[in-house]
Amino acid sequence: MLSQQLVNGLVLGSTYALFALGFTLIFGVLRVINLTYGFYFSVGAFVALWLARSFGASIWIALPLGSLAAGLVAVVVDGVLLTRLRRTKAGELPSLMVTLGAVLALYSLMAALIGTDIQRFPFGFVGSTALEFAGIRVSLVQMLIVGTAFVLVAVLFLLLQHTRLGLMIRALAENEDAARLMGINVDATVVAVSFLSGLLGGAAGVLIGLNFNAIQPFMGEAMMLRGFAVIIIGGLGDIRGALVAGILLGVLEVLTAGYLSSNAKEAVGFTILVLTLWFRPVGLFGRAQVKRA
Amino acid sequence: MFRSFLVTGAVAVAAVAVTPAFAQQTVTVGAIEILSGPSAAYGTAIKAGLELALDEINAAGGVLGGKKVALIVEDSAGNKDQAVNAARKLVGRDKVPVIIGPTLSNEMFAVGPVTNERKVVTVGTSTTAVGITAMGPYIFRTSLPEADVVPVTLKTAQEKFGVKTIAMMYANDDAFSKSGFDSMKAAAEKLGLKIATIEAFGSKDSDFSAQLTKIKGLNVDAITVSALVEPISGVVLQARQLGIPASVRFIGGNGANSPKLGEIAGEAAEGLLVGSPWFVDKKDAINDKFVADFRKKYSKDPDQFAAQAYDTMHIVAKAIDTAGAAESDKIRETLLKTNHTGVMGPFTFTEGRDPASTEGVVVLGMKGGKFQILQ
Repeated sequence: MLSQQLVNGLVLGSTYALFALGFTLIFGVLRVINLTYGFYFSVGAFVALWLARSFGASIWIALPLGSLAAGLVAVVVDGVLLTRLRRTKAGELPSLMVTLGAVLALYSLMAALIGTDIQRFPFGFVGSTALEFAGIRVSLVQMLIVGTAFVLVAVLFLLLQHTRLGLMIRALAENEDAARLMGINVDATVVAVSFLSGLLGGAAGVLIGLNFNAIQPFMGEAMMLRGFAVIIIGGLGDIRGALVAGILLGVLEVLTAGYLSSNAKEAVGFTILVLTLWFRPVGLFGRAQVKRA
Repeated sequence: MFRSFLVTGAVAVAAVAVTPAFAQQTVTVGAIEILSGPSAAYGTAIKAGLELALDEINAAGGVLGGKKVALIVEDSAGNKDQAVNAARKLVGRDKVPVIIGPTLSNEMFAVGPVTNERKVVTVGTSTTAVGITAMGPYIFRTSLPEADVVPVTLKTAQEKFGVKTIAMMYANDDAFSKSGFDSMKAAAEKLGLKIATIEAFGSKDSDFSAQLTKIKGLNVDAITVSALVEPISGVVLQARQLGIPASVRFIGGNGANSPKLGEIAGEAAEGLLVGSPWFVDKKDAINDKFVADFRKKYSKDPDQFAAQAYDTMHIVAKAIDTAGAAESDKIRETLLKTNHTGVMGPFTFTEGRDPASTEGVVVLGMKGGKFQILQ
């Protein structure tokens, strides 16, 4: 039973990590608490659902197209809402308030257009058979989630550390003015980061919607709190941190529910969050910021 | 304190001044239902049921010698505060003598004290938690409390399928789910069922693997779940995914009584048992007409919530008519003497303003993604 619980924790943790990747990217690079992120998650799931239902698309088509659509939505939403604030260097609080208002409007719009009924991908969209070895059961979707989480972390890491775009993004994260003075096209880089984060959010939406069979406009809202916990524990803007913190949170939640009390499950993540903020406010992997004059 | 005193006084004066002019053409009844947000499906069904009944009442000449009944439906979005604000608006501005709703027991616990204090009759059509009507003499409900339905379901499971050991699951952040669980637990203990474990989850959770893995190791005969339909669907799906065999039956509380369950959980829900005060295929003349009219007006099947709302609208209209005036106190008196035969069968209120009879309860079993009356 312990091994099954650990697998459960790994899968749950991977869903948290998947969700948190794009979120931490926006936070770390654009320095914006963008609450519309949960909306991109819902968009990805609904576009994939629509493709699967209307065109009989397979997961291998629905997943990339759903993510792509969420990426494009992110570029538009981010551009419309935040460009103005960014130009005037309005800071974190105004962007928080703007995205808070916007995300409520966007969810309601989506609910009005699509309805709030909970929906699911067609039966048999991904084989529902579970593999069983040594008493542990894992379904195809669950393996897909864990695999995708790890692959995306690796790809993002390579992108940030070893490409020109990655260098530009890191420079932007470090200091926007300096980046601009060095000849980096900051606006284009911002668009790229928005797109990437939307893409990641969308992919998470498709896979998590697939695993839990519960797609509805507000699905992103429920994930946001966990997302916050994960990116703070992992360190703002830290890709590896998001993966490790996500899995840590998932495993601890499952073990708490399995062996202690299912009533205490919710408390775990937020206790770690508070402890992190007390003792290691930069997160597991974060380095303290040094301000140089 | 002083301030609220003033406001109450002002409203009372306004009410006296306005009522005569107001009461001429129509009698306005208020309703507070969830029309937006994740639980909008419940409120939308209730609104449909109310409006279907309203059409019939007005087509048959209305109430109080030819006055039309009008209905104002306020949206609570499933939010307690919004529900209370809606109640204040209906009482203060629209001066309705009767409020139908709100949708969830959670909301009713917030709204009840407000409307009861203002002496406005409030009739819940879908609030099944324990203690609703205990809030005050103006609070009624037409929905059978879960405490009356659940024992029938569990007894059937025990007698028909030999269920002896059960695991119990419930959503611990919602009054409806918790109260349903309390009723289930009391009923299970009374029937002598062995409770192997009790597991909680959050009503917005989508992962139940930890709790279900634990239950899998306990070899129970059945698993009871008290929650709304969304989390129940998730529980059932994940249970089968984790390899809990189909021979372990699920027994649902009132929240499981929704066609959504079959749509989302599919084969995983096969064999699930639920008790219901009403069922679409129940054969009698009143029900047949209701189902046919509902299908004609909305092009879909009614659910339990629409059926309860439909009966309630008729019960309320009848009470207004016999009261002889659209005044809350008189309506309260006539409501207590209700004797109505509707789609849920014969209906009277207990002295505690709850439904009196469990005669209409049917136990349903899930078969091929649809509920059927258990033979």
